[in-house]
Amino acid sequence: MRLLLRNGRVLDPASGVDDTLDVLIEDGRIARLEAKIPARGAEVADLAGLVVCPGFLDMHVHLREPGQEWKETIATGTRAAAAGGFTGVACMPNTVPVNDSRSVTESILRTAARDAVVAVYPVGCVSKGQAGEELAEMADMFEAGARAFSDDGQPVASGLLLRKALEYSRLFDVPILDHCEDSGLVAGGVVHEGDVSTRMGLRGWPGVAEDVVVQRDVLLAEYTAGRLHVAHLSTGRSADIVRRAKKAGIRVTCEATPHHLALTDEAVSGFDTNAKMNPPLRPESDRRALLKALQDGTVDAIATDHAPHHADEKNVEFSRAPFGIVGLETAVSVCLDRLVHGGTIGLPRLVELFTSGPARILGLAKGTLAPGADADVTVLDPNRRVTVDPARFRSKSANTPFAGWSLRGAPVMTLVAGRIVHDGR
Amino acid sequence: MKLRSPHLLGIEFLEPEEITAILDAAETFAEISTREIKKVPTLRGKTVVNFFVEPSTRTRSSFELAEKRLSADSLNFSTSTSSLVKGETLLDTARNLEAMAPDFIVIRHSEPGAPHFLARHCRSSVINAGDGAHEHPTQALLDAFTMRRRGRRFPGLRVAIVGDILHSRVARSNVLLLTRMGADVTVCGPPTLLPRGIERLGCRATHRMEEAIEGADVVMMLRVQLERMRAGFFPTLREYARLFGLDGARLRLAAPDALVMHPGPINRGVEIMGDVADGAASVILEQVTNGVAVRMAVLYLLAGGAERETAA
Amino acid sequence: MPAPERVRVMDAAEIDRALTRIAHEIVERNKSIEGLRLVGIRNRGVPLAQRLAGKLAGIGGCPVPVGVLDINLYRDDVGQGTDRPVLRRTEIPFDVEGAGIVLVDDVLYTGRTIRAALAGLVDLGRPRHIQLAVLVDRGHRELPIRADFVGKNLPTARAEQVEVRLQETDGADEVVIVKPREAKAAPARKRTGKPRGRRR
Repeated sequence: MRLLLRNGRVLDPASGVDDTLDVLIEDGRIARLEAKIPARGAEVADLAGLVVCPGFLDMHVHLREPGQEWKETIATGTRAAAAGGFTGVACMPNTVPVNDSRSVTESILRTAARDAVVAVYPVGCVSKGQAGEELAEMADMFEAGARAFSDDGQPVASGLLLRKALEYSRLFDVPILDHCEDSGLVAGGVVHEGDVSTRMGLRGWPGVAEDVVVQRDVLLAEYTAGRLHVAHLSTGRSADIVRRAKKAGIRVTCEATPHHLALTDEAVSGFDTNAKMNPPLRPESDRRALLKALQDGTVDAIATDHAPHHADEKNVEFSRAPFGIVGLETAVSVCLDRLVHGGTIGLPRLVELFTSGPARILGLAKGTLAPGADADVTVLDPNRRVTVDPARFRSKSANTPFAGWSLRGAPVMTLVAGRIVHDGR
Repeated sequence: MKLRSPHLLGIEFLEPEEITAILDAAETFAEISTREIKKVPTLRGKTVVNFFVEPSTRTRSSFELAEKRLSADSLNFSTSTSSLVKGETLLDTARNLEAMAPDFIVIRHSEPGAPHFLARHCRSSVINAGDGAHEHPTQALLDAFTMRRRGRRFPGLRVAIVGDILHSRVARSNVLLLTRMGADVTVCGPPTLLPRGIERLGCRATHRMEEAIEGADVVMMLRVQLERMRAGFFPTLREYARLFGLDGARLRLAAPDALVMHPGPINRGVEIMGDVADGAASVILEQVTNGVAVRMAVLYLLAGGAERETAA
Repeated sequence: MPAPERVRVMDAAEIDRALTRIAHEIVERNKSIEGLRLVGIRNRGVPLAQRLAGKLAGIGGCPVPVGVLDINLYRDDVGQGTDRPVLRRTEIPFDVEGAGIVLVDDVLYTGRTIRAALAGLVDLGRPRHIQLAVLVDRGHRELPIRADFVGKNLPTARAEQVEVRLQETDGADEVVIVKPREAKAAPARKRTGKPRGRRR
């Protein structure tokens, strides 16, 4: 099986390539990258005017299977990923049951082998039952295929537990992904605490409730020499903490979501439950600080925190609606439009944030088009105009605040191990 | 005069002219309440559902009386929050209410935005009778009406609102209404009970009661609830009363003819001392009386609402 | 659409004469003006009632109290797409109970305004009797109502509008028929509160 991608602009920040090249794929791997490669019987895709990138990775996705298949399944979630330009997703362990053991990790991977159209990297629980008390069997899960550990959905509330997790995970050098939130300080908050919460009479979720945990986690990462990854960074202060920690040589990485980069808490005006997420949308000052953190390298990856919920679950009073929005099918367009065309970062940096950035954090041999690498490829049309239409999502859920947005730039083709899993050219 | 929206969801959406129109209409209805026969046939044949998901005897009674005096048929549909959590969703309740084809739904709910939710899903006119800590527009309107009937003019009127601003829909609606009408509003409470960015609504904020009250033309006290003490917003009711209770000595700092207001029910000896609540400056019971007239005015004006504008 | 034709049918002197005649008829009908009360229907019934009261006082030798009635709360078209007129207060400074009342309005047309006024009046008490005085009766009744005292009977087409303008409210005394130029013009709708005068 040979496939030749012709005339595209090949953009692979990991190997420093940015040129109009042909890409020859053989047996699921990148065979050659050259100016003119003769077809010689290979299937040819002409990608003139398009950008050929390493496969995009989303390191923060809730696939909901097992246990909440009315929201999403591995089959639908990975199809949404493929349509959104992603070739691999890391799935969070807050399923039912939670992924806190080898058997659940294996079960997810078995289902993925059968149903998934993109790669699935399970994230295991930090604690047994995600209860925040005792360490889960990380080594078992690692051997089964888990590539990171997290109690996401919940913070690792206990400093002692986090310390142990950071220490224990050094056995296999995987990161602990923390959802940084001091639940006591959040105190039932549902939107950012500030002008909007005050105006709307909604309980506030202050930025400082994230910051204190990010700071604690960074100090523990320093103390333990473990690897910390801060999930969905949402405040300028947290970005500062991570920036300083990196400068001090502490092993910390972080991710930001497209929605925190593109929206502010004003989006909840009108009590739109599709703008309710955790951490909440922040004010413009925080959004700007996150953009700066994208530019200066503080942020390592963009991840969607894809959190599907059934329409009925969201169609309730604001405070009662579950947190979270879907992101897989909007992320790349939102980022191309707002970040690249918006002038915050260049396309190479964006590609890095979606490819080598998350690959490095998860320790995956992915995120590059270097010869020999797996032929996971994302093809972008940076100028295609798209209108977000939730009715056409592959995801089972449509809870997005971007419905109706007209965006410039879109993923148009996705290849996993040399196989075309989505072709929207 | 016609209100632009078929709903009254909050002061947020009212223009000053609309506020004035409601207060003007309320004058007429206040007169009706002084008659032998306190009833007019204006809304005969209209159905009003009073949908109260949070207990409230006085607001519901006030609406009920307003509806009866306008000859509307009212139906009380009360349910506790807990049964809603266990049972049907607000969406299904809304659909059930809608199936009864009411002309109005008056909703009191513990969740901010519940009236807005209802308005999105129902054809009836929705009136917000208090949604969580968000808005309580008819309360702010009746407060303004009470000030106006007492001869106060809004431009430059100095109003102090004292108490638990954080959890108070009365405070929010009053700040919005009074600042929109040109009044000079100061909110005051312990730092733990002043929401962030409250000044952005157009008022001033202070933690010192004396500063808030000094020279005020109107002193509006808010009810403080025991559960706030349990949640740690202040140490004890005793200390709260000492710092933020309105007594005669503090009231003397206000303008000589200052009005004392309270949305009720009052906690005597906590946020307001008995002698002040019963004193000459207090218009607390007038607020209750005026509430009926203002709610009649709202129902009357919404009955000719924008939704049906094209019928002619 | 061409400008409508305006035909003046009463001038100030005619209006005054009509009111004088009505005042005499009221006295004649009621034998005495003692216990008689006038109630003007907002808006233009009010100055008419005041003028009548002045004339009655002159004839009968004692003052006749005048009340003001706002009928908007008694209208039968609430919520039917009509503009909400500005609500004004009803101000009746006497006890309606047992009183002999003359209701005063400018134009009698469908009778719906008078029906609303009657409903409004009886809510205030049980008068001994209610009579009706109008400056103009233009016909086209939709309810079984007639006036006891009429200044001028004015045959009109439904498509026409009758505009009463008074010194107190409009700066001049006159009654005008406004005829649409086009035969197919929409039927006249009752409109109130127009700044130019009450068109009916």
